[in-house]
Amino acid sequence: MPGIRIDKKYCKGCELCVQACPMQIISMSKEINVKGFFIAKVHEPTKCIGCRICAIICPDIAIEVVTHGTQYIPFEY
Amino acid sequence: MSSNPNTIFKRPESLSDNITHYCPGCTHGVIHRLVAESLDELGLRERAVGVAPVGCSVLIYNYFNCDFMEAAHGRAPALATGFKRTRPDMIVFTYQGDGDLASIGMGEIVHAANRGEKFTTIFVNNAIYGMTGGQKAPTTMPLQKTSTSPAGRDVTKAGFPIRMAELLATLKTPSFIARGAVHTPMHIVQTKKLIKKAFRLQNENKCFSLVEVLSTCPTNWGIDPNGSLQWVTDNMQPYYPLGVYKDPEKKNGEES
Amino acid sequence: MAKKLMKGNEALGEAAIAAGALNYFAYPITPQSEVAEYLCWRLPQVGGNFVQAESEVAVGNMLFGAAATGKRIFTTSSSPGISLMQEAISYMAGAHLPVVLINIMRGGPGLGGILPAQSDYFQAVKGGGHGDYRLVVLAPASVQEAVDLMIESFDIAERYLTPVMIIGDGMIGQMMESVEFPKKYRQQNDPSKSDWALTGAKGRSARVVKSLFLDGKKLEDNCLKLEAKYVEIRKNEVKYELYKVSNKNKVLITAYGTMARICQTAIDELEEEKISVGLMRPISLYPFPEKEMFKEANKPNILAILDIEMSTGQMVEDVERVTKSIKPIEFFGHTGGIVPTPEEVKDKVYEMLKKFKKDKKKS
Repeated sequence: MPGIRIDKKYCKGCELCVQACPMQIISMSKEINVKGFFIAKVHEPTKCIGCRICAIICPDIAIEVVTHGTQYIPFEY
Repeated sequence: MSSNPNTIFKRPESLSDNITHYCPGCTHGVIHRLVAESLDELGLRERAVGVAPVGCSVLIYNYFNCDFMEAAHGRAPALATGFKRTRPDMIVFTYQGDGDLASIGMGEIVHAANRGEKFTTIFVNNAIYGMTGGQKAPTTMPLQKTSTSPAGRDVTKAGFPIRMAELLATLKTPSFIARGAVHTPMHIVQTKKLIKKAFRLQNENKCFSLVEVLSTCPTNWGIDPNGSLQWVTDNMQPYYPLGVYKDPEKKNGEES
Repeated sequence: MAKKLMKGNEALGEAAIAAGALNYFAYPITPQSEVAEYLCWRLPQVGGNFVQAESEVAVGNMLFGAAATGKRIFTTSSSPGISLMQEAISYMAGAHLPVVLINIMRGGPGLGGILPAQSDYFQAVKGGGHGDYRLVVLAPASVQEAVDLMIESFDIAERYLTPVMIIGDGMIGQMMESVEFPKKYRQQNDPSKSDWALTGAKGRSARVVKSLFLDGKKLEDNCLKLEAKYVEIRKNEVKYELYKVSNKNKVLITAYGTMARICQTAIDELEEEKISVGLMRPISLYPFPEKEMFKEANKPNILAILDIEMSTGQMVEDVERVTKSIKPIEFFGHTGGIVPTPEEVKDKVYEMLKKFKKDKKKS
């Protein structure tokens, strides 16, 4: 079951991942990091398909994608 | 079900752990990552030397785990020429913005490409001077408002934006010249292939390689990050067609 | 190697090879294009690189990039070209990069002329680029000395990690003289032995060669690091020559480079007329021979100092500063490419001595 980890210290709240996620399961949380940015959060983790698009569009390499067992890779990256 | 999770996307080894100074949503960060992933996947990090420009990405050396040197404004291709000629066994790349490469550094990039210097240039085109606060650049779009063209770029006085990929592709010396973009995930995946190919060609000692990458500047464009991606689609992409303009591995460098 | 008759420009090129400097970046400019014409076929013979750049601005920056490898790097140019390299020289000084630049000076300002001159003294010695930095500046007076200084300049550049400039004038470049090179040529540097050069972050953290320090304190620290070098340079690298200096001298001539050789001829002829004149020839223009020049000027037998240059008077300002004008200082010179003759030097000495006799009568 795939999932992502958003590293609070890198996120600048730019919301690119929010728009790019095909499952539309990322949104801006109320949590603020040390620089005062609202950080992104996955509000429905079970729907994550591990496509890596959020990590690919993130300009700050704040997102790591992990998966368990076999994982369908939609495109080569 | 194997219990241990495996990571299918993480920070490339060639990138340091530092938080970048770039504005939220600025796609410099994406392009940095594509360069770093290419260095990792081709195993070049330990032999690589980057040349930093003057502009937003002047601090690029804080974000890479490979040796760097910092050029005077526009002169990175000359530094790269000097280094590569003296140490042809090493991998040399310049990372430059449009003010750095297409304005003050036009002479350097044209002649380096024409001599066929075997280094790689990553040319980030965001149609504006970012670091100095949003002035008009050679790549600024017609009617685009900037701090030095508040009424919009007047092509009768400032001419039309310069298409560097096409311009360099007219040179006869073999080289790899392409233009990509990073305003959608699909374009990012395609641009990574172009950047990786550029470094592969250098690693195979083939030719000069340059990849122009359309990029965003939310702060100085005055558009939110996601709106900026859209602005690239609506305004820059039509004027700056993406694709491969010169490819030593293809006779007339048609779209690959 | 036996003595060879060689043109200054070509001798400079061969000297670089003798010093193990096999990477040369240049742009054609009279009166020193022969260096490139010589090295373009000579360097490949010894496994070296010659790149003709698109401009001297590009040359200066190619030097920066090449110097970052840790190998020995040099260029030659002439006045207008050296002006275009000033930004790059400032960057190389700020980034602590060793490099050797040769300026075969021609008349200026502007496009000026192509005849020999010494009117770039200020640019070389007082720093032509921006920021707190200095250049070691050496001035040869013969082709042999140009060769010797060229070879030594690479050692100085690497000892202090600094740019070094040799300034000759058109005559040094164009003159043919017999010259001798060291029997054994030096091997190229091995970059892997360097602790600062960019050799690839393998088994070590990444290195950065740069001159940007946005934090004020860090930039001041960098400038103080440079200043500490210059203190050492002023202590260890002063070079000068005295010619026929004795306590019989009435006048002390100060001159450098080709001009000094012309003064030596004048001094020899004056000696036959029982007029004793000595010459002090700075070889290092920076570090300037300050204490030594004051000592010579301060001798009781010296009535006056005569500074002679192929310019409208630039080193004379340092002569005044250094001797604190304890003796009257006169300047004589031509510029624009006109080379003063020994006769003109002698006439100037006669005129000065006549004035002293008149003053003595009056007092």
